[in-house]
Amino acid sequence: MSLVDRLKKAIGLSPFHDPLVADLQKALSPDRVLEDYEERLLHSKDESVFEGGLAGPVCFPLTTEEVQSIMKIAQRHDRDVIPRGAGSGLAGGAIPLGAPVVVALTKMNNIIEVDIENRIAWVEPGVINLELSDHLRPMGFHYAPDPSSQQICTIGGNVANNSGGPHCLADGVTDTHVLAIEVVLPDGEVTQFGGLDPEPDGLDLRGAFIGSEGTLGIATKIAVRLTANPEAVKTILISFPTMRAAAETVSAVIAGGIVPAAMEAMDQRTIEVIENHVPAGYPKDAGAVLLVEVEGLPDGIEIDAERICEIAEKHQAEDIRIAQNSWQRDALWKGRKSAFGASTYISPNYYLHDTVVPRSALADVLDQVNAIASENDLTIMNVFHAGDGNLHPLLLFDAEEEGTLERVHAVGAEIVRISLEAGGVLSGEHGIGIEKQQFMNDLFSDEDLNHQNRLRFAFDPLCRINPGKVLPQGHSCADIQTLQKPPEGVWV
Amino acid sequence: MASVIDHALEEFAAEVGPVGPIAIQGGKTRWDANGVPIPEARLLSAPTGIVTYKPEEMIVTARAGTTVEDLHTHLKEHGQRTGLPDRGGTIGGAIAVGENDLNVLGKGRVRDAVLQIRYISADGEIISSGAPVVKNVSGFNLHKLLVGSFGTLGLIAEVTLRTNPVPAETMWLTAAITDPIKIFDSLYKPAAILWDGRTIWVQLEGHKPDVEKQQETLSQIGNFEQVERGPELPQHRWSLPPADLYTISNYKTGRFVASIGVGTVWAEHPQPLRTPDRGKQIIEERLKQQFDPTNRLNPGRKIGNWN
Repeated sequence: MSLVDRLKKAIGLSPFHDPLVADLQKALSPDRVLEDYEERLLHSKDESVFEGGLAGPVCFPLTTEEVQSIMKIAQRHDRDVIPRGAGSGLAGGAIPLGAPVVVALTKMNNIIEVDIENRIAWVEPGVINLELSDHLRPMGFHYAPDPSSQQICTIGGNVANNSGGPHCLADGVTDTHVLAIEVVLPDGEVTQFGGLDPEPDGLDLRGAFIGSEGTLGIATKIAVRLTANPEAVKTILISFPTMRAAAETVSAVIAGGIVPAAMEAMDQRTIEVIENHVPAGYPKDAGAVLLVEVEGLPDGIEIDAERICEIAEKHQAEDIRIAQNSWQRDALWKGRKSAFGASTYISPNYYLHDTVVPRSALADVLDQVNAIASENDLTIMNVFHAGDGNLHPLLLFDAEEEGTLERVHAVGAEIVRISLEAGGVLSGEHGIGIEKQQFMNDLFSDEDLNHQNRLRFAFDPLCRINPGKVLPQGHSCADIQTLQKPPEGVWV
Repeated sequence: MASVIDHALEEFAAEVGPVGPIAIQGGKTRWDANGVPIPEARLLSAPTGIVTYKPEEMIVTARAGTTVEDLHTHLKEHGQRTGLPDRGGTIGGAIAVGENDLNVLGKGRVRDAVLQIRYISADGEIISSGAPVVKNVSGFNLHKLLVGSFGTLGLIAEVTLRTNPVPAETMWLTAAITDPIKIFDSLYKPAAILWDGRTIWVQLEGHKPDVEKQQETLSQIGNFEQVERGPELPQHRWSLPPADLYTISNYKTGRFVASIGVGTVWAEHPQPLRTPDRGKQIIEERLKQQFDPTNRLNPGRKIGNWN
């Protein structure tokens, strides 16, 4: 043992002998089972503001068989397991509770096979979303879901959260684009959910698994659908005097029977922040902008674009810009995709919310959300997937200011309440994790939650995988058995 | 927020009650699929009627006993449709069976259309999963499990579906073609490509100029002529990976019509039973145990084409 390790052990930052680690290192290799305090701390966080426990040993498997071994060893040692991708989640879904074994899937990052005849690709869970699309594009295809974090988030993480993205409006979210999943179950059994055929036999366990936030097993191979690159794309930036006018345009476009590929909204403050720090050519004096994209065959998208512009003009559109080339298109999208990052130029911290409301309620809900933020003296940016009613209020704050985080959480709770009252739901993309467990009773009855727990229980009867997430107290596995604590004297 | 439960659903739940075998009868269009209910089962029908329809939201909520035909007739007045198959039968039946329409490439899959399901549990309770919005990751997706479950986990009572616009132009074309792959590769998002080994039928949908342009593309490949509809479909339904259709002669289908790019095959002979792998089977058994431990929901029906 090195001097550093001996010192760490002396001050309690390094584990005492834990037979679990020895078994894991034997099954993988010592360099892929990390037990340093720093590694465990690093793998105890995600991109959210939430705190959990301190991770147990961090494993980096390379194969399905190694994931199997981890599951079996953890079970033998009576320990929980938490799967993890890039850790880019915003709801605390990848934050360990207790001291579970972390299964970091980032080294399982191979695109195994691109099968053009079946229009699918088999990938490992650690493949980065954008890298998959970049790989497919020269072949005439792409992977449709494009979360804002697509430069870092993994396909495995996307499966866990049923991730969306701006271009999911017409094509659907992850669930529509994942056909089959190889899964290691909590007892180490390997199975496949779904299939490459259109109507696989049996229950749709694939559908139940996607969006289950890593609580039902660990995905080790994923078959994703290849989406053909469109022959033509038209990207339109429309500015409005108010967000209400922009929101009403969104409703009118949908009511007009047009489903664009993407329809994103940004408010005045967002435009200002983008233009001041990552200029994208947005009109700085606009009260709001819509970034609309239509894609398909050249003649059809001309018709759709023309109708969208007509509808916008009837709703006070002030300026309509159509990207004339791919460079201009990329610039318009760069602004949208840089919005969250740009907020750090004006505030040290942000808390990104995520709710969904009926599209026709967008304008009223946004008015209420802005009023609540204002009453609580918080700066807010609104940049969101307007086409599917998916709000993303971004609350800006300085965590160093005493009491601010409490106000942020209070406003967050109000945003949830307003969204539910409008007929919406708790989350459109980020999931429940630990962020919104306490609101699940507001959306579902006790009986509904009881049935959700039955589903969870059927996959993981011992509640070993990512315990304590999604379901609220009173309905979760955590209430059936307390979260697995590490053995006495270990990981303290 | 606490949702308002439809009175018709409460009556249906009371009818189901907490004990005794129950079988649900829809339009009986797929009555024999995956076994028939045991004769002792009390035969019930789900309530009917469209509950809410918001064309501007592209969402419709209807009781499960409503026929798909009635639903689509209603939606058509507003230029919309759903991914449910137009082959007769009820909404609940279509979802319980889970079969896609032959133009699935155009109108989407049944399972992608379902946003929310209210079902009656084996305990006779009304359970809700999902929500009437187009995007939702709030909790576990029980409603996904019910699609294709043949009513063995819960009795579908009310469904909220995503709608989509009826295309401005629809056209069926046919030609004698032996290489359907070339057709599939030449078209951008066709609604359906059906092939029986000698003849191909293509359904094009979209804006008129797009459809005409695709028609022109087809005319450069073969001698296509416009027809009213696609072919008559053989009785049995197979599900194969799309690439297996390239070598369909290896399968004992008899006369067939294959959906190119999809993998569905309508065939003269039934698809041989398949064997589920152990892990999947164990979870399916556990789910049945969790949701219907006394096997009172549609007893006699099995889930899937398993051995």
